[in-house]
Amino acid sequence: MEIPKSFLGYKRENGRAGTRNHVIILPVDDISNACAEAVANNIKGTIALPHSYGRLQFGADLELHFRTMIGTGCNPNVAAVIVIGIEPKWTKKIVDGIAKTGKPVEGFHIERTGDIGTTMKASKKAQEFVMWASEKQREECPMSDLWISVKCGESDTTSGLAANPTVGNLMDKLEPMGVHLCFGETSELTGAEQVCATRGATKEASDKFMKTWNDYNDFILKEATDDLSESQPTAGNIAGGLTTIEEKAFGNFQKIGNCKFIDVLEPAEEPTKGKGLYFMDTSSAAAECVTLQAAAGFNIHLFPTGQGNIVGNPIEPVVKLTANPLTVKGMGEHIDCDVSKILTREMNMSQAGDELIKTTLRVANGRLTCAEALGHKEFVMTKLYRSA
Amino acid sequence: MATDIIIHDKKDNVGVVVIEKIIPKQDCACWIMEDDSSTNIQSLDEIPLGHKIAMTDLNEGDTILKYGHDIGKVVKSIKKGEHVHVHNVKTKKW
Repeated sequence: MEIPKSFLGYKRENGRAGTRNHVIILPVDDISNACAEAVANNIKGTIALPHSYGRLQFGADLELHFRTMIGTGCNPNVAAVIVIGIEPKWTKKIVDGIAKTGKPVEGFHIERTGDIGTTMKASKKAQEFVMWASEKQREECPMSDLWISVKCGESDTTSGLAANPTVGNLMDKLEPMGVHLCFGETSELTGAEQVCATRGATKEASDKFMKTWNDYNDFILKEATDDLSESQPTAGNIAGGLTTIEEKAFGNFQKIGNCKFIDVLEPAEEPTKGKGLYFMDTSSAAAECVTLQAAAGFNIHLFPTGQGNIVGNPIEPVVKLTANPLTVKGMGEHIDCDVSKILTREMNMSQAGDELIKTTLRVANGRLTCAEALGHKEFVMTKLYRSA
Repeated sequence: MATDIIIHDKKDNVGVVVIEKIIPKQDCACWIMEDDSSTNIQSLDEIPLGHKIAMTDLNEGDTILKYGHDIGKVVKSIKKGEHVHVHNVKTKKW
């Protein structure tokens, strides 16, 4: 298949391109969720991103909170942002971070005004933003404007046999076109960590990966009460035939094809070394991982599943694929790309990769994903430790 | 041409069932992805889609190879053709 050279995206002020055109209402903290949701309810076409944290965090955990908030606002799938927090200082910090992209952003704080007054002021601005954004048109953008993140979930052995290698095939074909790529899931590389380390493009990248994995493993050894039975692999993984974390890891690892990673990113860190594949230190919990990748600027996500994970994200469209025929049959409304014919050998890996490229481009051009049509908007902050 | 079991790598001592299930004493056609070769095995157990079958006899302490890599250890001996899963294989991690 000849791979298209472009897609239809929304060009942003900072030179990036979006696959979506969202106006988001971003609460700084848990107690501002109600106000953010009230604004989104008032002004049609906007979406609120409620979450659970943002108070009394400190150190690296607070830095991650800001990085996730600012990164979410900066994502090119977002046209404009209303930020609402309880206090002015942290609200302003997030507004200032997002403003660097040049996109419209305005902050409101609730103290001294209350929810109702803040909702009214923020709603007026949100209406202005959403009507402005509604006139934005899709334009032709080079493939290199795609920033593709990947993460698998509810994996089974069909993931490692077929759905994950399909993503790997897509990566092998799109990497030369200058796209940014990102995989994560530090925990779910356990067992394959040494092999993964050899896929660093430089010694520095390999060493950085091993340090990240070792830090994670030390944490598990310190906190685990027994082993990670029932967490890794999950009950769903086991039902699907996966027996050990090592087996899961080697299956997971198929997603990067033959690509080498050029750098290791902190959670939600924006890549700065140009096109190519990056590893990000993330949890393997689906919504946490996708939220971090979206906050790093990735504008479309590929999600292979075996038993049928149903996750979505409010700003980054999540494209699902599976090779498990029972999942296609039983929960087809969640599957954007069916590659189950690999198992019956009616489809080879290259054909599957081509199918996934076609699906990815349709979604990049505006086709809703199953998760979007079904209303999945899981926005889950990663928290590193307890608050002060 | 119908394939009942797929094996990732020639070195692997397990294969994955890719039809809805196999039943005891079924003669199964296996396809090895790595070199596009074929082999056969007779199953001893009923094994569902996605679950593994032992391609050789395995003793306690043996290493399970899949993708050509170590994915865990045998904790209860397994006969060729039997179901391989959490009841007879455990992680070497944690």
